[in-house]
Amino acid sequence: MIKFAKILILSFLMLMLPLTYINASENNQKIEELNVREFILEHVSDSYEWHIASLNNRHISIPLPIIIYSSLSGWHVFMSSAFHHDPVHEGLYIAKEGKYKNKIVEKNSSGTEIKPFDISITKNVFSLLFGSFLVIFLIMKVAKSYQKHGYKTQTGFMSFMEMIIMNINDDVIKPCIGKGYKPYAPYLLTVFFFIFVNNLLGLIPIFPGGANVTGNIAITFVLSIVTFLIVNISGSKEYWREIFWPDVPLWLKIPIPLMPVIEFVGIITKPFALMLRLFANMLAGHSLILGLTCLIFISVKFGLAGNAGMTALSIVFSVFIDFVELLVAYIQAYIFTMLSAVFIGLAKIEPHHKPLSPK
Amino acid sequence: MSLLTPDSGLLFWMFISFGIVVFILTKYGFPIILKMVEERKAYIEESLLMAEKARFELNSVKAEGENILSLARKEHTKILNEAAEFKILLVNEAKQKASIEADKIIADARVQILAEKEEAIRDIRRQVAELSIDIAEKVIRGNLVNKSEQMNLINRLIDEVNISKS
Repeated sequence: MIKFAKILILSFLMLMLPLTYINASENNQKIEELNVREFILEHVSDSYEWHIASLNNRHISIPLPIIIYSSLSGWHVFMSSAFHHDPVHEGLYIAKEGKYKNKIVEKNSSGTEIKPFDISITKNVFSLLFGSFLVIFLIMKVAKSYQKHGYKTQTGFMSFMEMIIMNINDDVIKPCIGKGYKPYAPYLLTVFFFIFVNNLLGLIPIFPGGANVTGNIAITFVLSIVTFLIVNISGSKEYWREIFWPDVPLWLKIPIPLMPVIEFVGIITKPFALMLRLFANMLAGHSLILGLTCLIFISVKFGLAGNAGMTALSIVFSVFIDFVELLVAYIQAYIFTMLSAVFIGLAKIEPHHKPLSPK
Repeated sequence: MSLLTPDSGLLFWMFISFGIVVFILTKYGFPIILKMVEERKAYIEESLLMAEKARFELNSVKAEGENILSLARKEHTKILNEAAEFKILLVNEAKQKASIEADKIIADARVQILAEKEEAIRDIRRQVAELSIDIAEKVIRGNLVNKSEQMNLINRLIDEVNISKS
């Protein structure tokens, strides 16, 4: 009951926050139209600095290092705050529109915009590095604890970690790969924790969380490329035979290799689906929460009562979606690991039946 | 659609950081954890088996002990019974022996008494004979003063001898 009352009070306080904000903005007579699409896209995509808040047209953000190699002017290393004073720094500037929108570009001698080699520590890179460090720290701590305790049962957080690790190992990796699953278990567990931790970090709205790391196609691309390589390197003879000479009527294989082509495309679509699934799920989750938050600001023009109602609704839905996202964070990591394991298991098949004799 | 085109910088950092994560965790992280859990599982299984075995052994030892105890108890009563029987036997035997001994002693005594009695009788007879010879001597010495009488006696004696011989 006390818990419930606490939640009620908290949500009421949260309800009050936007109201005070609206009053302030109404006094200024400066309600600007909010472009929801731009707003969401800006938040889910990468940026060169970590934007925290905007107050009275002043942006508060954490500057991040920019590392650029330009074929024209060599290496450039500086903090992103340099752009605050001068939009053009050392000949580099952030494109406002065009092909390289929101990316750092420079102009070559003929005046066209080109994109230099850019390995800046952006918001996503920073979050990615932080997440990677966190994963390593977490798992190494568990490993250390095992070395220290030996056969003794783990307690507290370590036993929780053991539960997750053994759940993935015994209920996902083992049955999906089958015999000879052991060499793949460490990699698949790493993938699981890497995705899971980065998913969870994305749900934390304050620094250093909140970046849309696993909802970025580059991240899921690398993850699925590695899985693709492992699957095909561990492919058995039977696996390749079923791709290039599947058990189908002969006319499907000769003279037009219809089935082999379809099977070959299947090799690529599997990791492609992995990449898109994780990317789209995480991106959609972030967009949903941002959209629900935008509801508060859109409904300002409905007047005080309408705005208050929409705010309450938005908070209720946001809380609900946040819980769903917690679930999704786990499920997506789980599914990526499971499907990777299934693909590896499929690539390791042994000849299980005699090839159909041509009739 | 900038969302669907992977950014080269992010790709670069992802390759590096994910590579490091995979390298460290697949070399120093998960293998240790999985190995330890596996070893612990084996250890627990073995311990359970051993405990089961120990319990079984304990039960058998207990049964054996009880068996031994009951055997010992049986032996104990058997020995006691035997001892009691033996005692009775011993006493009977002793009694028998004693009675035999006593009989023997009595018989011996009787024999000795008899012998002594005969000795005494013999002694008396001898003395009587000597006495009678003495008396006879004296009597004869008195009677044989004349020759005729001496002849009479001799004849009588010869007669007597003859009679006893015939």
